Amino acid sequence: MPTIGIVVVSHSAKIAEGVVDLARQMAPTTTLVAAGGTDDGSVGTSFDKISAALAEASRGGGAVVLCDLGSAILTSETAVDFLDDADKQRVVIADAPLVEGTVAAAVSAETGGDLEAVAAAARTATGVADAHADERDLRGGDAVERSAVLVNASGLHARPAADLVTHASRFQADVTVNGVDAKSLLRIMGLNVGVGSTVAVMATGPDAAAAVDDLITLIEGGFGEKAR
Amino acid sequence: MTLDATWTRAWIDRTADVVAAEHTALSELDRQIGDGDHGENLLRGFTAVRAKLADLPADATPGAALKLVATTLISTVGGASGPLLGTAYLKGSAALGDATELDAEALVAFLTAARDGVVLRGKAEVGDKTMIDAWTPAVDAAAAAAADGASPAAVLRAAADAAATGAASTEPLVARKGRASYLGERAVGHRDPGAQSSSLIIAAAADAADGSSKES
Repeated sequence: MPTIGIVVVSHSAKIAEGVVDLARQMAPTTTLVAAGGTDDGSVGTSFDKISAALAEASRGGGAVVLCDLGSAILTSETAVDFLDDADKQRVVIADAPLVEGTVAAAVSAETGGDLEAVAAAARTATGVADAHADERDLRGGDAVERSAVLVNASGLHARPAADLVTHASRFQADVTVNGVDAKSLLRIMGLNVGVGSTVAVMATGPDAAAAVDDLITLIEGGFGEKAR
Repeated sequence: MTLDATWTRAWIDRTADVVAAEHTALSELDRQIGDGDHGENLLRGFTAVRAKLADLPADATPGAALKLVATTLISTVGGASGPLLGTAYLKGSAALGDATELDAEALVAFLTAARDGVVLRGKAEVGDKTMIDAWTPAVDAAAAAAADGASPAAVLRAAADAAATGAASTEPLVARKGRASYLGERAVGHRDPGAQSSSLIIAAAADAADGSSKES
């Protein structure tokens, strides 16, 4: 199966390397490449570093690029422009906050997400400064609700959280888990749900019932992990 | 009357001279509304350009020389102006193709493609307080001059004059793109450094054409 790599572009080499270190904690086997600073090591962005990082990170099947300010995006877009048409299709520059977006994308890549899924995971990281920004109450009307008990010994950690978000994202319905957006990896990870906790899944929309059934099956089955 | 590769090299040389002379002033403009490195970034870029130009074969076309400027700026400038100006030269050079003699229409095509390249990359419009405020009036003035039958040198002079006016027009504006957009009203009263450097680059093209005409 093709794997997706991640490129972290920053004006600062230290920031890019630091973000890669952080993401590697949760995505040890994913190709994470830092492209920070200029060729002579000062603050700025480097076309050559980004181009080299793109080549390395996209080797497996594609790459998602996360950028910090202005010229990081401009230089990344320019580097993508210089790729062959076929290679261009394998690179997505995700509009997302650098640190949170990279972590979310890396976990998605680690759990086998394709190019689209990894880029979508990065975009779920927007607005994380306010952890409750998109908490919503779907009760009332035609909401479908079911609960299950979490059996995973390590709780709802990165891999099952990513699994849950991947499943939830397949549905058109608005889905929440314990009140937060089930399509946002960082929200789900931020819930800190431990083993034995009750997880409430709620959904509204055309395929709400199917979405709830799917997630409940996933949770009850321990996300395919052996109960310990 | 046409301009050739001699003009192209003279333009690039003059641009490197102007950037070397003005880089402190450009960085000072950038210090007021940006991060203060615009002059140094361009100096690093055009210093690298001048070094690479020396290695270019003597029979290189104007398009080939300008493409070399593009790739060198993109990989050496380090700030947003690298990909922006680099894309301008890249798209402009593509519009010239393999032509060895550039007439007024070719220059208009070059300037138009260069401006479109900046818009493609930066997504700015006239009035956003960016280098587009110099480029778009320059393109319009060049097209009008060419339509009136002006010589290539006169087309470039018209472009240069309009670019200078355009750069000055950024002073009262609130920035809507780039680092200066973080400043809101505080950017008002300061000229945009990117518009200023683009105006200097276009003026260098006109000066080089005057020089080339006198020599021939």
